[in-house]
Amino acid sequence: MSTLRRRSSPAKALLTPQEQTAQRRARRIGTLIASPGALYLLIFFMVPLGLITVYSFATRTSTGRTSLSGWNLNSYERLADDVILGIVGRSAWLAFITTVLCLAVAYPFAYYLATRSPRVRARLLVLVMIPFWTNGLVRIFAIRFLLGSNGPASALSEALGFGTFRILFTPTAVVLGMVYGFLTFMVLPLYVALERMDWRLVEAARDLYASGGKAFWRVTVPLTRSGIVAGCVLVFVPSFGSYVVPEILGGAKTLLIGSYVARQFQAARNWPLGASLSVLVIVAMLIAVTINQRNSENAERTRAGAP
Amino acid sequence: MSSLDTAGTKRSSRRLLAANAWLVFTFLYVPIAVLVVFSFNDSERVNVWQGLSPRWYGEALGNTQVVGALRVSLVVAFTSTIVSTVLGTAVALALDRYRFKGRRALDGTVYLPIVIPDITMAVMLLVFFAEAFKLIDAFGPRLTLGVTTVALSHIAFNISFVAVVVRARLDQFDRTLEEAARDLYATPWRTFRRVTLPLIAPGIAAGALLALTLSLDDVVISSFTAGPGATTLPVYVFSSIRQGVTPELNAISTLMLAASITLVVASLALQRPRSITP
Repeated sequence: MSTLRRRSSPAKALLTPQEQTAQRRARRIGTLIASPGALYLLIFFMVPLGLITVYSFATRTSTGRTSLSGWNLNSYERLADDVILGIVGRSAWLAFITTVLCLAVAYPFAYYLATRSPRVRARLLVLVMIPFWTNGLVRIFAIRFLLGSNGPASALSEALGFGTFRILFTPTAVVLGMVYGFLTFMVLPLYVALERMDWRLVEAARDLYASGGKAFWRVTVPLTRSGIVAGCVLVFVPSFGSYVVPEILGGAKTLLIGSYVARQFQAARNWPLGASLSVLVIVAMLIAVTINQRNSENAERTRAGAP
Repeated sequence: MSSLDTAGTKRSSRRLLAANAWLVFTFLYVPIAVLVVFSFNDSERVNVWQGLSPRWYGEALGNTQVVGALRVSLVVAFTSTIVSTVLGTAVALALDRYRFKGRRALDGTVYLPIVIPDITMAVMLLVFFAEAFKLIDAFGPRLTLGVTTVALSHIAFNISFVAVVVRARLDQFDRTLEEAARDLYATPWRTFRRVTLPLIAPGIAAGALLALTLSLDDVVISSFTAGPGATTLPVYVFSSIRQGVTPELNAISTLMLAASITLVVASLALQRPRSITP
């Protein structure tokens, strides 16, 4: 990396002809190696991304087809409908609650992980990673099975004398499923931030008679801000656009944006409306990613010691 | 505040931290464990325990729909893994060590398929295939959604995952080893084959296993890009769940769980940072 940077620095004129040829050659090799993958992403990701944007300005014909002639903002205007606003609002609200719950649980958890000895830490980390990469559908199905009417959880609660409980097909079940599904997205960046933190700063605060709580809120939390922001972004985005969780655990009252988009492309056959909602999700995602990027760049700079 | 008092609060807060950690592990593993146990339930009804039996595994594997879906899943998973591993590794190598036109753009977009919600990527690809088919139909052949479109879609997200994993491996790479090879008059190609490739091979293998896992697990993108004849196993499970939980579904889910845990553990073992000396 550093050699690369040195070579392409403004001192280009100082390079010998051989070095210039070598540089051009490296550039050609880079292009050659990158282009098959880049081309694939262009065709099967960037073009679809462009198309969905085009579709969001298209018209739905009376037969449910999409007509690309005559661009308009109709489907964006429909986003102001009460029904749709309700769905978007509910999705954002449930995603927000999920994020807060994940943060509340994951911070102490990551703190615990980061303060173990390296050996224990490595083992616990594997235990965290396994469910993270394990089949998401099956894990949500497991929750559905557990919470089902007369399911194991209900049987247990009855046996303990708490009576039956029914939370399946409620917003609570959806939030529970999303926390279950996305908790690790919060744990990992928090763990990385806490692990890289310079604990001597906390010690210094303690030496200066800061109480444990004060040292935590004034030193530890600000120092791990990049992890907190990254975790929140990584949980909020998939929760906001979640489709599988509300389909399996939610009921008629918990229609979320993901399911609503899916419906527009299935039975409802209103592709332009579905497209405009997808654009909304994509914009939300891009904003979140930008916030995260800027935040982690700031953290890097702080670590590097620059103002 | 006396020092004794601080020690006391310290101990109790430490206990709270430990308790929270074990609660999290319980939360992560109990639902899966319950599902696995109940998949061996002999009963017709999911919620009545009637003793251990592998009965529902037999029923699941005797179901032609399930076996057909499994076959589609495997074809898609292996094809998409092979293609995305080659393309993703190349992208990672190019991004890590070359400067070329469009490098920044590629660097920025390669992460997007990972962050974008599944449903958005699914409908994007659906729209894309609809438009592409319209275009191709004009030249004659009538194309429809099927196994090929599912595989093409899986490659699209897997390239990104492979690229990220391989790049993480390249980050830990000791470049002096390559310089040493060059100093000993190895050609660039020879250096790559005999030094670079063996050293990043575990990263490539980890990326490939991850791609295989993700492809076998995907439900949303598959269900939107598959035609009626190309149902994958997760799509089959997803549409069955909506009609209710059955003991057979428990058994299929447990099998999928076992497969994905095996692949993940293998992938994690390969990604473990080790001293990079041969």
